[in-house]
Amino acid sequence: MNNISILPKGELNRFQRFVNEVKRNRVSYLFIAPFGVIFFIFTVLPVLISMGLSFTYFNMLQPPKWVGWQNYIRLFLEDEVFLLAVKNTLLYAAITGPLSYLACFIFAWLINELRPRVRAFLTLLFYAPSISGNAYMIWTLIFNGDTYGLINGQLLYWGIIDKPVQWLIDPRYMMTIVIIVVLWMSLGTSFLVFIAGLQGIDERLYEAGAIDGIRNRWQELWYLTLPEMRGYLMFGAIIAITNSFAAANEITRLVGFPSTDYACHTIMQHLHDYGTIRFEMGYASSIAVVLFLTMVLTQRVVQKLLDKIGE
Amino acid sequence: MARIKFQMGKRRISRSTGGDLVILLMLVLGASFMALPMIFAISNAFKPLNELFLFPPRLFVRNPTLNNFRDLFILMAKSWVPMSRYIFNSLFIVVMGMIGNVFFASLAAYALSKHKFPGANVFMTMIVFSLMFAKEVTNIPNYITIAYLGMIDTYWAVIIPSWGSTLGLYLMKKFMDSMVDDSMIEASKIDGASEFRIFWNVVMPIVKPAWLTMIILVFQELWRTTGGNFIYAEHLKTLPYALNQIVAGGVARQGVGAATTLLMMVIPIIVFVFNQSKIVETMGTSGLAN
Repeated sequence: MNNISILPKGELNRFQRFVNEVKRNRVSYLFIAPFGVIFFIFTVLPVLISMGLSFTYFNMLQPPKWVGWQNYIRLFLEDEVFLLAVKNTLLYAAITGPLSYLACFIFAWLINELRPRVRAFLTLLFYAPSISGNAYMIWTLIFNGDTYGLINGQLLYWGIIDKPVQWLIDPRYMMTIVIIVVLWMSLGTSFLVFIAGLQGIDERLYEAGAIDGIRNRWQELWYLTLPEMRGYLMFGAIIAITNSFAAANEITRLVGFPSTDYACHTIMQHLHDYGTIRFEMGYASSIAVVLFLTMVLTQRVVQKLLDKIGE
Repeated sequence: MARIKFQMGKRRISRSTGGDLVILLMLVLGASFMALPMIFAISNAFKPLNELFLFPPRLFVRNPTLNNFRDLFILMAKSWVPMSRYIFNSLFIVVMGMIGNVFFASLAAYALSKHKFPGANVFMTMIVFSLMFAKEVTNIPNYITIAYLGMIDTYWAVIIPSWGSTLGLYLMKKFMDSMVDDSMIEASKIDGASEFRIFWNVVMPIVKPAWLTMIILVFQELWRTTGGNFIYAEHLKTLPYALNQIVAGGVARQGVGAATTLLMMVIPIIVFVFNQSKIVETMGTSGLAN
């Protein structure tokens, strides 16, 4: 209490007002408290720590040593593999991000008009690849490099090729195949959320729209459905951004790590390399920070675009 | 094939036949692209070993056999830690993680969506940003915390952090923003309901599709967990870990591998189908009628 009394009078009032405000809303704080505490301990704190570590040299054995901007300078000026990873990630994200996002919405929208039974069946069919864990590994059999691979076998049988193609090892094909597989399993969380969102739109809105002179399904989509879906669209956008910029696991499982000539090397794999193989946690943290800032920036741009819906 | 009909009768705005055809074509193309690899995966699980190495390889199985599953169950029965223990471990982690995450995230989402209080926006921004930070680098601080709390080699090392998983909270908030009418909450307040009662008896039933969706997401996430960096004791490991060990046996285990893939694939799908039937039910009775 003594501390407060030395504050100037205006400050005191402001502080007092803040305390009152918190007291008035104590129920709200109680509601977010259990989640908030766990979120703070297991997410916020570790993120802040690793942001700090990005300015240090830390090999997990000796205490971290402050190096200032050194990690970031090394990242952009000395690490050629990182620049390759940036190029690959941007290409990968530019293709899979928008395509998977659009696919999620378009298929959810198309399915929404069908009868409930058909809708349930198609939802299952489209969603199955993303929910069924490692089922995507089946693609390694489809694109297997020996003659037992489904595609190689068929092409050889038809005489289109005379020796097996190393689909998952040849840098010319790797990225394309990875993208195909990722798109195959891209109808995931956002797809489900979009379906649930579309189902929740009040039927009366469309009836009113018809009276107001909406003539076809495109106008209906643009002026009625999309604005109603804005919240869910932002949710889907964030999923698309995180999935496409932070891709690593599927790529490693499909084409190995490191991939031939680093042809599929992504920023996230680079981070993984330094974080869990070379144990340079400071450097790995700086990669995480760069990746984080890229995603935040992208999210801001997408937000601006989504704000234009229905204008 | 069953003909796909659009609900024409009570349709509100005219649909052109051309448009319907284009849509039908897109659905058929999309569905085939999605289905073919899945069919391949399913049919592989029933292939005898000589068909797995057939030239040219075939999509469909010719002489289906259950041998792969038999081999898998024999291997499972021979496991040092009983298989049922791995199954129990997985189930325990999934169920506890699910209940905690859905409950705590919904509670927080309700406050963030329907109450105005200082710090709410900052909190929400932090939730969104946290989705974009690479988990790899937060593992080390997390390990230290979990070790400090004495939770290494317990289920809780996986369960408790999952309660603070942010994706579900973000999802719940979006649904509460657009599905729950403020006037309904006001009305309940006037009736003298406490905040918790409003949350539990008014808001949660309305957003049932949201938390059913969230259950699927959490299930999917936790079902895959192998205990990672936090669980080392063999008897506390999960089913995916045990099955990975079995499949790691090499070429001879190709058939068993295919059977395992199918097994790991089928369980989330069953959960999803069960869950979705509930969602459809809710939509039919209350969701749209409000």
